[in-house]
Amino acid sequence: MSDMDSPMTPKEKELHKFIMIEKQKAQINAQIHGFNDICWEKCIGKPGKKLDRNTEACLKNCVDRFIDTSLLIAQRFTQMVQKRDAHNK
Amino acid sequence: MSMANVDKGELISQVKQQIAVANAQEMLTQMTQKCFKKCVNKPGTSLDSGEQKCISMCMDRFMDSWNLISRTYGQRLQRMQ
Repeated sequence: MSDMDSPMTPKEKELHKFIMIEKQKAQINAQIHGFNDICWEKCIGKPGKKLDRNTEACLKNCVDRFIDTSLLIAQRFTQMVQKRDAHNK
Repeated sequence: MSMANVDKGELISQVKQQIAVANAQEMLTQMTQKCFKKCVNKPGTSLDSGEQKCISMCMDRFMDSWNLISRTYGQRLQRMQ
């Protein structure tokens, strides 16, 4: 890895950019695997010849509701921490 | 450490391949667990034709599910921009 103080060569810059992009892609992929893991359990009964409309709706809702849950918990957790910190002063 | 001697194209190609392999492995692991759970309820001395058919359909439904979730997530990310 190049010395952090010296500027990157064009080649290093390009490789760095490539790695950052692949890292982001990999994170998105990991998220999708995670959603599929959870939502399969919630929505899929016995595997048939195709996904019926109800199952598709369930899977779509599952992803959105999971993200909503995640946002709600992050928000509320911040409040919990702030309350606790204010109480402890 | 100098990167002067590194073949950039070679490195990029190798990294992409390793990532693809890792993704395929994750896919296979998940698929195997999910489909075993759905299709093989009373493990016998071999997989009967019913179980094999179920596993085959399950694999296809797993990919359908994965693709749908991938699209849904992409759409949500765009809405959140």
